[in-house]
Amino acid sequence: MAENKLSNEEVLEGLAKIVEEVAGVSADEVTAEKSFVDDLDIDSLSMVEIAVQAEDQFGVKIPDDELANLKTVGDAVNYVSSNAA
Amino acid sequence: MSNVDVVITGVGATTPLGGDVTSTWDGLLEGRSGVRQIEAEWVDKYDLPVRIAAPLAVEPTEVLPRVQARRLDRCEQVAMIAARAAWADAGYSEPSEDNEPVDPDRLGVAIGTGIGGPVTLLHQHDLLRDSGLRKVSPLTVPMLMPNGPAAHVGIDLRARAGVHSPASACASGAEGIARGWEMIQAGHADVVVAGGAEACIHQITIAGFAQSRTLSTRNDDPARASRPFDIDRDGFVLGEGAGVVVLERADHAAARGARVYGRLAGTGITSDAYHITGNHPEGIGQIAAIEKAVRAAGLSKSDIGHVNAHATSTVVGDVGEAAAVKSALGDQVVLTAPKGALGHLVGGAGAVEGIITLLSIYHGVIPATLNLENLDPKVQLDVVTGEPRKVELTAAINDSFGFGGHNVALAFTAA
Repeated sequence: MAENKLSNEEVLEGLAKIVEEVAGVSADEVTAEKSFVDDLDIDSLSMVEIAVQAEDQFGVKIPDDELANLKTVGDAVNYVSSNAA
Repeated sequence: MSNVDVVITGVGATTPLGGDVTSTWDGLLEGRSGVRQIEAEWVDKYDLPVRIAAPLAVEPTEVLPRVQARRLDRCEQVAMIAARAAWADAGYSEPSEDNEPVDPDRLGVAIGTGIGGPVTLLHQHDLLRDSGLRKVSPLTVPMLMPNGPAAHVGIDLRARAGVHSPASACASGAEGIARGWEMIQAGHADVVVAGGAEACIHQITIAGFAQSRTLSTRNDDPARASRPFDIDRDGFVLGEGAGVVVLERADHAAARGARVYGRLAGTGITSDAYHITGNHPEGIGQIAAIEKAVRAAGLSKSDIGHVNAHATSTVVGDVGEAAAVKSALGDQVVLTAPKGALGHLVGGAGAVEGIITLLSIYHGVIPATLNLENLDPKVQLDVVTGEPRKVELTAAINDSFGFGGHNVALAFTAA
């Protein structure tokens, strides 16, 4: 866990690697404007896995009701950046 | 006699002898064994009396795309590999939204398994106990459910005429094929992707079977451990793998000019109503299943030239089956028992061995029973041993029996 606040670029890079590992979407395709469901074809089960890995990596809690609001990669990056420890 | 002519147009498998049907068939003809020592640490940790098994020759993760593999239990992985191979072998292209080579409403799946995903269940339980809820995979339930292999294949091939997953222990794979045949007979489907799968080599299954005293303990000589019908047999060897066939209405196959391996002319399913693990002493259920399959095929018992036996290499089971076969069919039949080479694939066994039976007719050769050196004198039938035997066959039976008293016989005939 970083002691200093993470930049959006750092979060996006880390998140893209998690998405690639869990869902097989190339990290290059994981960009801020993409929708997890509509653009990256990620199902609700994979979203749970991605959230758990993101929590571990970024030291952030993502409750279920917040997870439901993270429609795009950018939403997730903003959430993590503003809530990371 | 059945009304609808059902043919087999595709076969697929992954087994301890090879990652596909061709290498498995070649392994049988060459007399190779798929049995080896278990290398996992748990054999020593629990001081298990059984230290041998028949693992897959090709790891499923080397065949499937990485992300698909991580979403599937190993049992689902082998079912998927065998089903895709059978589908391609039947000459069908990969289905997609824009390409449906078979009308989805006329395409079914019937893939059985003995126990499905116990390895996933146990692994996820370990994660819950040791690391808490957050570490439990959201895929736990779809990975452990026994209908998972059939369901995943159904989704992959876009089958909407029904997906079935018979669970009848070691007869599950044969019952999958029989169920597929019934679906076509009943008019529910024109094409059914049918078979069975198992992948549960784990400390708990080895321990459980070992405690029931059904496994071979010939640990120092793995390749010779599984020896059906041999006087020195001492139990079966747990294996893993899957077999899947494409069953098709004959007119449907003919209309597209498909290559036909042969016919599934009839099936017979019975239950012993006797004991949860033991065979009925007079083999009434086994005899009835074989007779039913012969009748359903419109054949008489003298037409059956060959039986691909269930024979697992247990002391009691093998002689019981031989007596039942003789009683049902007479002594003109020539037997072989592929578990000498393959080990026992449990829910995959009946399907893989059904494919071998079909190929014996198709190629006119019966593989030898590996490790059959001294025939048990209680087996009063001709069992192929040593070298494969060339023989022209018009009809053959594949037997499968399972804990619970399940008996399934499949009657295959030449195309």
